Formats: sequence, C-alpha cells, structure tokens
Amino acid sequence: MLTLTSPVETALHRLRAGPKLAVLAGFTFALFWISAPLWLGFALVAVGGLYLQGGVQFFRHGVAMLRPLWPFVAVVGLWHLWTEDLAAGGVIVLRMLAAVAAANLVTMTTRLSDMIAVLERLARPLAPVLPPRRLALAIALVIRFIPVLTERMGHLAQAWRARSGRRPGWRLIAPAALAALDDAEQVANALRARGGAG
Amino acid sequence: MERSLTHIALFAALIAVLGLVPRVDLATGVPITAQSLGIMLCGTVLGAKRGALAVLLFLLLVALGLPLLSGGRGGLGVFVGPSAGFLVGFPVAAFVAGWVMQRTTLPPFWAAACGAVIGGIGVLYIFGISGMALVLDKSLSEAALLGLAFLPGDVIKAVLAGLLTQAIARARPGALLSRRDAPAA
Repeated sequence: MLTLTSPVETALHRLRAGPKLAVLAGFTFALFWISAPLWLGFALVAVGGLYLQGGVQFFRHGVAMLRPLWPFVAVVGLWHLWTEDLAAGGVIVLRMLAAVAAANLVTMTTRLSDMIAVLERLARPLAPVLPPRRLALAIALVIRFIPVLTERMGHLAQAWRARSGRRPGWRLIAPAALAALDDAEQVANALRARGGAG
Repeated sequence: MERSLTHIALFAALIAVLGLVPRVDLATGVPITAQSLGIMLCGTVLGAKRGALAVLLFLLLVALGLPLLSGGRGGLGVFVGPSAGFLVGFPVAAFVAGWVMQRTTLPPFWAAACGAVIGGIGVLYIFGISGMALVLDKSLSEAALLGLAFLPGDVIKAVLAGLLTQAIARARPGALLSRRDAPAA
C-alpha cells in the first residue's frame, strides 16, 4: 500500500528516524512557547528551506500536504480581520503552518519500516502488557486487510448497482462490518490452528 | 485472545476503508465522512475496551505515515493540526459508546444510538473543540461555534450507528461482542 513517504530521495531520508522524531518533538514544543511573529516566520522559512533542499517537486508536494489547513487559515484570517488584530492572527497561522509542515516533513522523509522500528523500541517497556510480536501482528493484519475490505466494499457496491439505480451510500456499511466480523473469526481460528498469536 | 486481536485489527481496517467512502467538505474544512461512523461502530460492536484499542491501532498506523484518514490525510502533521483534538478524542469516544452499549439493557438500536450520541458527539466534541481552541488560540465558546457546523452530520451518523448496530445484532447475534460478554451487574 502507498505510504506518505516521498519517493523523492532527499538528504533527510538518510538521517536516522529516532533523532529526527526527537528534533521534531523539540521543535514543536518550542513553537508553542514562541509568540513573536518574527521568530515564528523564521521557523516557517527554515522548514520551507528544508523542503526546498529536497528539490522543487518535493517542496510542491509538501505544500500540497498542507491543503487541509487552508480553510482554517481563512477562518482565522477573517476572524482577525474582523477583530482588527491581524498580528495575533498571523502568530496563530504561522505557528500552525510551521508545526504541521515540520511534522509532515518527518513523515515524508522516513520510511514505514524505520517508523515501525522506532515504535518497537518505544513500546519495549510495555512488553509485559503488550508483547511486541502481538503489536507487530496487529499492524500487519490491518495493513493486509485494508485492501481486502476495500475490495469487498467494491463488490458490495457493484451488487447494489445491479439491483438499484440509486447510490448505495451508507447501506453498504452493515454488510461490510459483517464481513469484517466474519473475517476476524476466521483469521482468529487460523491463528489458533497455527500456534496462536504469541 | 486471538479473537480479540483479530477483531481489533479488522475493525481498525474497517475505519480506514470507511474513510475512502466519498465525502462532502464542510466550510470549516473538516470533512464529513463515514470514518467517524466507523469509530462509533468500533465501540458499539466491539465494546468499550476492544473498540478503543481498535481506534488506537488505527491512529497508530496514521502516525506511522499511512494516509488512512479521510481525504488521504495522515502522518505526524495531523496530530499537531487544528483537528488533532478530534483524533485524540476518537478512542475515548469509542470507549464511551461501547461502555453505554455494555451497561444498558436497551434494545441494540437505542443503546447504540445513545452511545454514539454521548461518545461520538458529546465526548468527541469536548476533545475536538478543546483542540481547536488550543491550536487556533480561540476561547472555547468561539471554537464551539466552529464545531457546531458538524453537529447535523454527526446526529445523522449517530442514528446510522444505531441502525447499523441493530442490523449487525440481527444478522450475527453472537458477533456483537459489546453485548455478548457484557457483565450482568
């Protein structure tokens, strides 16, 4: 399945995932303490520079990932235009953009396998409650069954269209949930037959 | 044990798949999708604990960088954005919805619809609105105004959650984990 990791290889791809996440955590924490527009603008430009360093295509992709934020930017902008306090609005927007852009940058430059490795290390203290093998199995099952259930939904939609001219909509969800329940029973039996989930 | 694990994993996958169902965007940018319906169903079908774990597993995969949130969003960015509060509230919402389902003896439709309203609207909005207030630096009442835009859609979804849970209860009475091993007291 497709991940959000960028296919454009950048220098940041070669950094280790753990330190990158630690720097991100520090950066995000700092952003919420800074309230000077100048420094926040500087932070956003710095993040933008890191994107540009991966090339124009990479930068464009990064900007596209911020698209869900524009409505919020618009709402905050209008709000502060109305209260005539544009500086405060600027602080909010700059901080939000810098925080989300930096987090997206780490996601775009870290492979799923590296992220899972970090997760395994972080989850190690939880081992008595949550054995690492069980967590890994759960993650693998979800990744495997998303395409399976998507296909099942597709079949259900086709069957619906063969019977009705109207759009299927929410009516497919009950059979899809039933399919998920049945699959869960069968996979559980299969796991048990093969020695359990460990 | 295996049954719990596979149910949690399969419902985490179901939340992801429901995010792919076509959606409508509201003026405030938070999309209305069947995804939050999936969150409610996790609670009402799997029960409080398993439902919350399924949602947590789903969020974990989002954080790892899979674009599973509605509209193909995902990665770490969504956890610091304006709708992050809703994400934090998702597992709690599923837990509360499941808890209501387990603790009441109402028929499945009413129990699930009540659970979805209390968990999927009441509890979820507390988290979501606090998150928006924090990130957008607004007061809670100002943020609540933004959140109100989703209320009609979510009320419809709570009713749907009730209908769907009822349909599942009829088709596979034994599969409704929230009711099957519910403590009597």
